[in-house]
Amino acid sequence: MSERLNTPQVPKTAIWNDPTFRAIAIQVLASIAIIWFFWTIFDNTLTNMSSRGITTGFGFLNNTAGFGILMSLIDYDETYTYGRTFYVGLLNTLLVSFLAIVCATVIGFIIGVARLSKNWLISKMAAVYVESIRNVPLLLQIFFWNFAVIQPLLPSPKQSFALADMFFLNNRGAYLPKPHFDDRIWLVVIAIFAAIVAIVYVTKWARRRQESTGQPFHTFWAGLGILLGLPLATYFLSGVQVTVDYPALQGFNMRGGTEVIPELLSLTLALATYTASFIAEIVRAGIQGVSYGQTEAARALGLRHAYTLRLVVIPQAMRIIIPPLTGQYLNLMKNSSLATAIGYPDLVGVFMGTTLNQTGQAVEIVGMTMAVYLAISLIISAFMNWWNKHMALVER
Amino acid sequence: MRKSITIFGIVAASMIAATAQAGTLEDVKARGVLSCGVNNGLPGFSQPDEKNNWTGLDVDTCRAVAAAVLGDANKVSFKPLTAKERFTALQSGEVDILSRNTTWTQTRDTSLGLKYAGVNYYDGQGFLAHKALGVKSAKDLDGASVCIQAGTTTELNVADYFRLHGMKYSSVVFDTADQTREGFEAGRCDTLTSDQSQLYAIRSKMADPTSAVVLPEVISKEPLGPVVRQGDDAWFNIVRWTLFMQIEAEELGITSANVDDLKANTTNPGIKRILGTEDNAGERMGLSADWAYNAIKQVGNYGEMFDRNVGPATPLAIARGLNALWSNGGIQYAPPLR
Amino acid sequence: MNEFKPLPNLPPPVATAGVIGWLRANLFPSPFSALLTVLGIYFLYITLVPFLDWAVFSADWFGTDKSACISGGACWAFVTSRIDFFIYGFFPTSEVWRINICFALFVISFAPQFFDAFPYKKNLGIFSLTVFPAISYVLISGGWFGLVEVSTEKWGGLSLTLMLAYVGIVAALPFGVVLALGRRSQLPVIRTFCILFIEWWRGVPLISVLFMSSVMLPLFLPEGMNFDKLLRALIGIIMFQSAYMAEVVRGGLQAIPRGQHEAADALGLGYWKSMLLVILPQALKLVIPGIVNTFIALFKDTTLVLIIGLFEVLASVEAVVRGAQWRGLTFEGYVFVGLCFWVFCFGMSRYSQKLERKLNTGHKR
Repeated sequence: MSERLNTPQVPKTAIWNDPTFRAIAIQVLASIAIIWFFWTIFDNTLTNMSSRGITTGFGFLNNTAGFGILMSLIDYDETYTYGRTFYVGLLNTLLVSFLAIVCATVIGFIIGVARLSKNWLISKMAAVYVESIRNVPLLLQIFFWNFAVIQPLLPSPKQSFALADMFFLNNRGAYLPKPHFDDRIWLVVIAIFAAIVAIVYVTKWARRRQESTGQPFHTFWAGLGILLGLPLATYFLSGVQVTVDYPALQGFNMRGGTEVIPELLSLTLALATYTASFIAEIVRAGIQGVSYGQTEAARALGLRHAYTLRLVVIPQAMRIIIPPLTGQYLNLMKNSSLATAIGYPDLVGVFMGTTLNQTGQAVEIVGMTMAVYLAISLIISAFMNWWNKHMALVER
Repeated sequence: MRKSITIFGIVAASMIAATAQAGTLEDVKARGVLSCGVNNGLPGFSQPDEKNNWTGLDVDTCRAVAAAVLGDANKVSFKPLTAKERFTALQSGEVDILSRNTTWTQTRDTSLGLKYAGVNYYDGQGFLAHKALGVKSAKDLDGASVCIQAGTTTELNVADYFRLHGMKYSSVVFDTADQTREGFEAGRCDTLTSDQSQLYAIRSKMADPTSAVVLPEVISKEPLGPVVRQGDDAWFNIVRWTLFMQIEAEELGITSANVDDLKANTTNPGIKRILGTEDNAGERMGLSADWAYNAIKQVGNYGEMFDRNVGPATPLAIARGLNALWSNGGIQYAPPLR
Repeated sequence: MNEFKPLPNLPPPVATAGVIGWLRANLFPSPFSALLTVLGIYFLYITLVPFLDWAVFSADWFGTDKSACISGGACWAFVTSRIDFFIYGFFPTSEVWRINICFALFVISFAPQFFDAFPYKKNLGIFSLTVFPAISYVLISGGWFGLVEVSTEKWGGLSLTLMLAYVGIVAALPFGVVLALGRRSQLPVIRTFCILFIEWWRGVPLISVLFMSSVMLPLFLPEGMNFDKLLRALIGIIMFQSAYMAEVVRGGLQAIPRGQHEAADALGLGYWKSMLLVILPQALKLVIPGIVNTFIALFKDTTLVLIIGLFEVLASVEAVVRGAQWRGLTFEGYVFVGLCFWVFCFGMSRYSQKLERKLNTGHKR
């Protein structure tokens, strides 16, 4: 449109044929329509809510919730407030999203690479995986994992699958030993941070050295050594006392240890396998998107196969892979809201479910829930846009 | 963009069933259909039968109102709602009556913009437990996993009960009654908690009903009844007095079988008042004089509704108990209809 | 003079041609690859063989309730005995012919698209996008021409799923194109609005949108104004997917070289003409895979309406396998629904690949 805005104006055209006038008129009309539309909705809502005597405002967040939640990462019981249920739900959403993103990425990369394998059988099996998983609705897959696999297959607590009397798996969840450390554990935490800082410096030093002398340095192994060695050394030197809380059958259920509820298992499985099928396609497209000339050039320089992949192909493929991959991560996080269908207490299930029902303040609660998802989406996509720009090809 | 807005406007406008802005009564009359929010599947209270007709006590409560207002008990469109959706659906105007085994509580009555029109079933919360656990009392349930339907008062009561007795529990919540039962049957929980009336229904639906027992404790009061929006007193009165009228009709012995006969021949002034041959109870509420006649003829009195849906002759086989008339030792009591 | 006679070609070495050659090149080229092949075959053996046995060879196909399933394999009897319910939902049996006509029309208007030689493809395409939905709407909802009205609460099963998907697809594409054009518009108001609109819909989960449209919408409208629950859910799905569609189309618009815009301007075409005749046909062609992926996503998302109480195919199968007659057949139920969806989605993606190859004329490498 700008082309026409910038063209030299033909004199004496009718005013409605004048591009500038048209542009302004269209925008004014559109703004009026949009403002009118949203103002009407806002006004209707307020009128309807007051005429029906519906309580408004966010005061309810400070009231006592009075109901239990199956799983919480922070302290929670019936005596906490509705506001607290919001955080419980949000953290559960973030937890399942994080777990599923990690699993989906790993599975997706494996399948994506397998799809490109020269081995006919392996590549066909990967193709069948991708085509069969991504063409079936996610909700169905969540139902399938939960109601047709996890629930019927797991035994009751009395007949738990047990491993060394420390790990248990039954239809109430998976139970793991839970270590308790005394106060000196913060030394170890500091050591972990120190290790991360050290790795950053070692990486920088290694790069400088390679650029000036051409000698490569095994940054990965050195980094791994620092990351494991420093905290471990601190741990043994400080003499932190560790008590381990083992789960054990007591009454109806396992008590003690860390509990992982089966809904979390099935939701993670469903989200991870589903998203992995999309990630596999993204990875395949990314690797195929790097022209074969690059590989040949790297070979011509005498780089070995592993170096060709690590230094030439993967960095360029990542540039293609990252943007759609981010999109998949965001989709996964939003899809985790389907948790409500199988009773995993995520943000939608707890806050937009039980809390909404107990307080009846739909507008505030749905507004808050949507705002959270929107904020996370926008933050991640803003970060990824920045990263993408940072990574983008600098052309001369 | 402007185009798309216009298109959207046209589409929206053409699809909108524009009804005049007025009270619920006028809306219902103009629409010719009563919109009633019910449970999406609860034996005895609201459940579609094999011909996909809705049946149950809560369903009949709506049908009686439809008969009183529109003269035809079948002019109801039933909207199955989950517990989580029900109040929002009523508040927003999606349904005219919420008749969905909904407990009357102070919070709901005062802060949700709703009014309880009466009680069509007095219930109380109990527990269903796997027989194999050997549990005899709810007090033995320390540490149990409890299956609950999301967004109900049972969720709050069970928390109170376990707190009161210093016991631990973990609540596994499901969206629908069926899912809750499946969860319990699959062994996801040790016990299932719900209103007593539902526990028997749930047990009857289990693959092996003898594998579960209903524990003796009743841990709460659950008066269930139809709910309407606050601020529309005329509509509130209609729903409230339709229910009272059905209770009164049972007391006076008016049934769907003898109502024609009574209308023609009775000399009882109370019956004449109800059936509209004397006085004008219907007109005072903006209804026709034969409002009660239609409701009783097509749906029946309260006792008939009860017996047909949950009474001893049904699979649920629930005794009248608290729901008997006040004159028979229960607490169903209607103010005088005059 | 002696004529030069070449010797006949030698056959290729046995190891590189024929079945053995193929096996060597594709399954056992290196020890590691061979190991993978063996593991793969073993994996298929322990999964596929029991699955096929369960699903086909020792399955029960007919019967009226679960007691008919005795052979230990899958129990498909519930599918054969309740197939009407799965396809038509609660639609009155006497009126089912109306849905069947729609199915027939659907097949008639789409089947010829797969044959290159069919002459009236374009007209048929226009028919399937405009007249067909109108006819179907009149036929299925009734109330005109002496047809009994069937309220939307009675619609259900696979026919509801297909209806939602079809209307959603037909509406989401144009809406998404308009949004994408708006996002690339030079007018700041329009552009800002489109960006906000797109990002908002892309940022929130569909389930919250459906919750809003199913129970909260009357709060936002003037009192007494309301429209059908199915339509509201449909609008929610369309808005949601058109935002994704807009981003796909934007990708295509961005890939069109500036010269095309300039050439259109040089020909004296106005904004809409240059877009419709020059830019969009090229841009849409570039992003066919993305468009079809959005269609597939929309199709799969129709299952979510079961959360707001609409009886699409997954909900109707759930209802049956949770009922008394067929209790506990969840596994079979989900496999059946999965297969239904898979057939349609896989079909769509294959068709798009075919279309992509056919229309591939330039720009792309």
